[in-house]
Amino acid sequence: MTTLSQTATHIGIITRRNVLRNIRLPQLLLFSTVQPVMFLLLFNYVFGGSIAQAIPPVFGSYINFLLPGIIIQNVVFGATATSIGLTEDLQGGVIDRFRSLPMARSAVLAGRTFADIWRSGFVITLMTAVAYLIGFRPLNGFFSLVLAVALALGFGYSMSWVMAWIGLKVKTPEAAQSAGFLPVFPLTFASSVFVPTSSMPSWLAAFAENQPVSVLANTARALILGDAYIQSDPSLVASGATTGSLVLLSLAWIVGIVVVAAPLAVRSYRKTAE
Amino acid sequence: MTDTIVQAEHIVHTFGGTIKALDDISVSFERGIIYGLLGPNGAGKTTLIRVLTTLLKPDSGSASVAGVDVIHNPTGAREKIGLAGQNAAVDGYQTGRENLIMVGRLYNLSKKQAKERADDVLERINLTDAANRQVLTYSGGMKRRLDLAASIVGHPEVLFLDEPTTGIDPRSRLGLWEIINELVADGTTLLLTTQYLEEADRLANRIGVIDQGKLIAEGTANELKTQVGGDVIEIHTDDELATVVETLRGVAASEPIVDQGRKTVTIPAPRAAASLLEAVRVLDDAGIEVHDVALRRPTLDDVFLTLTGHATEEAPKPEKQKGRRAR
Repeated sequence: MTTLSQTATHIGIITRRNVLRNIRLPQLLLFSTVQPVMFLLLFNYVFGGSIAQAIPPVFGSYINFLLPGIIIQNVVFGATATSIGLTEDLQGGVIDRFRSLPMARSAVLAGRTFADIWRSGFVITLMTAVAYLIGFRPLNGFFSLVLAVALALGFGYSMSWVMAWIGLKVKTPEAAQSAGFLPVFPLTFASSVFVPTSSMPSWLAAFAENQPVSVLANTARALILGDAYIQSDPSLVASGATTGSLVLLSLAWIVGIVVVAAPLAVRSYRKTAE
Repeated sequence: MTDTIVQAEHIVHTFGGTIKALDDISVSFERGIIYGLLGPNGAGKTTLIRVLTTLLKPDSGSASVAGVDVIHNPTGAREKIGLAGQNAAVDGYQTGRENLIMVGRLYNLSKKQAKERADDVLERINLTDAANRQVLTYSGGMKRRLDLAASIVGHPEVLFLDEPTTGIDPRSRLGLWEIINELVADGTTLLLTTQYLEEADRLANRIGVIDQGKLIAEGTANELKTQVGGDVIEIHTDDELATVVETLRGVAASEPIVDQGRKTVTIPAPRAAASLLEAVRVLDDAGIEVHDVALRRPTLDDVFLTLTGHATEEAPKPEKQKGRRAR
């Protein structure tokens, strides 16, 4: 039997292995960081001019509205790496090797999802730095920015479990990529990430306002931009939201998603590996 | 009494409710030998290995390795086994040494112990020079050797090698065979699967022939060859093989074996040279043009053909039956 401290050691070893992969394969690091920065710049300069008309003037430029949202979009996109990495290990026989060792069962999945937090953390830091260069300012201070990033990483972690489950269901990296993007695109685009939901048709707005990506994006904005953001969004005003209540709602989503997705992923892991 | 180390009894496993990968198969062998599991693609070799290495729970049957029940106590069994699967399951972006240290750490060795063990094992498989290079730079044969190294890091009592030399060049194959023989000399028991008859012949003390999920024959290479009935005559010709078979039916003790691809007909030669002369005579009388005719010791290919009626290269069903992993 593996003891608790052995389990923790095994999770650490597998996490390190997966982080190492990101660091040592330069093309992987390059594309996983260049793409988000490209998204940030494209949205800011291509759509920013038009969208700026639709957002309340309190934020100054569009980049202040965009960055908190795009951080959330990024962690959701980043979570697809979990399913791709996992399916690659499955195909390469690495999972078989791990399963034939007297190691903690949980370490393979836990080590994978933890490693993906590190990667997301790196990418968010880079995006924030680039955003700062093109005019982004955390209006509510540095501490609130850090808190927002921490929440984003927590949300990314919960989405990693969803992606782990999807990956284990579809089994190949190619399918994992396509299957992963299926929920990711509607969740990130039909949300308040890029534009205020008030401009959407009412049926779509109803979905967009209540789904977790918007909740997290709104929370990140409330933290980074201050209460003025909540005041600027009629749907948030109507629901009587405060920064505190948004943070709690975000935490509830994060915990809820993990509680549902992690057991599904673990169950699939047991079955798939057979 | 012999000291049985691997025992599988009446294992049945079905994939997707229809494909019977293992069909009531029983295999057992004693400590210190190399047991070779020989069969074509899709015969069930990999599935049996997956059952014995705790990766797959069979539909029914029982199995134990080194006295531990693999089905009911998989964790205990994992302490006793090492597995090198069909793919070299090593990380390209880590160095050879780092790969082995990682595996050692997962066997609960301390950092210091894991490093020492990694160096031991690297020396053993002649990879010390490449130890600190990323595995990405290794050749296919080196990767296989490293994978083998990873499987012995935990001092396994039984080592399972699934087609250890498939897809590597002949020189690397010889190197691997040497290492495998050394491992057994040190007391490790080994189960290896192979589609190469030569490999089973060279390495295994005992060979189990597996086809369509069943063990169809078992014995030493010599015992299996004797089953074919001594020497065989092999005839190469461009003429219609069916005619050749008809012609030879009188000479052959059993049904002639036809290999359409190589354009050969093989028949047992119970009276050796006398049978050969007789065969040549009837072929000549029938006016059949023969490229080459030879009297030779039977190979395991002949054994397989005699036992199953089909060659080792062609699986009886087009579908692969080994696991559900996409390749």
